[in-house]
Amino acid sequence: MGKFKITCDEATAICDKNQYGEASFGEKIKLTIHFYKCKICKCYSDQNVTMTKIYNNYSKDKCNKNTCLTSKDKEKIEEAVKEKME
Amino acid sequence: MSTNTKHTLEPNKWVQLYSDYLFNYTITRVSGSEIAKDLVQETFFSGLKSMKNFKGLASERTWLVSILKRKIIDHYRKINSKKGKAEVRMNFYKDGENEGEWIEERAPNTWAEDTDKGVENEELKAALEYCIDKLPEKYGMVFNMKTIQGFETEEICKELDITSSNLWVIIHRARTQLRRCMEDNWFNN
Repeated sequence: MGKFKITCDEATAICDKNQYGEASFGEKIKLTIHFYKCKICKCYSDQNVTMTKIYNNYSKDKCNKNTCLTSKDKEKIEEAVKEKME
Repeated sequence: MSTNTKHTLEPNKWVQLYSDYLFNYTITRVSGSEIAKDLVQETFFSGLKSMKNFKGLASERTWLVSILKRKIIDHYRKINSKKGKAEVRMNFYKDGENEGEWIEERAPNTWAEDTDKGVENEELKAALEYCIDKLPEKYGMVFNMKTIQGFETEEICKELDITSSNLWVIIHRARTQLRRCMEDNWFNN
């Protein structure tokens, strides 16, 4: 039984990994067992699902925008490069 | 492969042709557009310096991107080695009989009931950006690549030259800190 015992630090680390679907089967079992006795980590886990939703929404919002340099930025870089070329 | 399409370099046109592309490449990997601009500029500088090493096998853009990748790793190493500065706050006991357990005042609190109120509004976005911004740069960079930009674990490890267990430790610390910050500034505010 001893090898299934993990600390809260380890449990929440697995929980975070699991948010990306990358926790192993063994890790998930340890996590489930930990949740039986630890309500704080269970709470962390439930909140983590909400956090993931928030991150995903933010990600959609952010990644649709292609950022460009302003023409002023470009001028500045252009000047700096020209200077180096001389 | 035929070698008759030998590529050449025309540094006069670099900024005009490639600065947006390189900037976008960089901004998805580092935190902040100022840093991204600097890295793009440094890439052009390095390009000029090593023009004589250009063999014409790759396109001009590919060649510049390979220089930029180096710059990004160097930047990551630099922020990674800044000791002690802006470390995340501890959430778990580091040693003693409670090692690995929650430090009481850092443990999650239940959130106010109305937290399902739209996860898409502008205020929420502002609170999240504030919290991401408060992460130490190294954590912000890895968190952003993995969670916001959606890079594969393997790709991040390769690009930043870190192990996957490094990556998960960073993600764990970043997410624990972000949860706490959002609890204080959004959910139970």
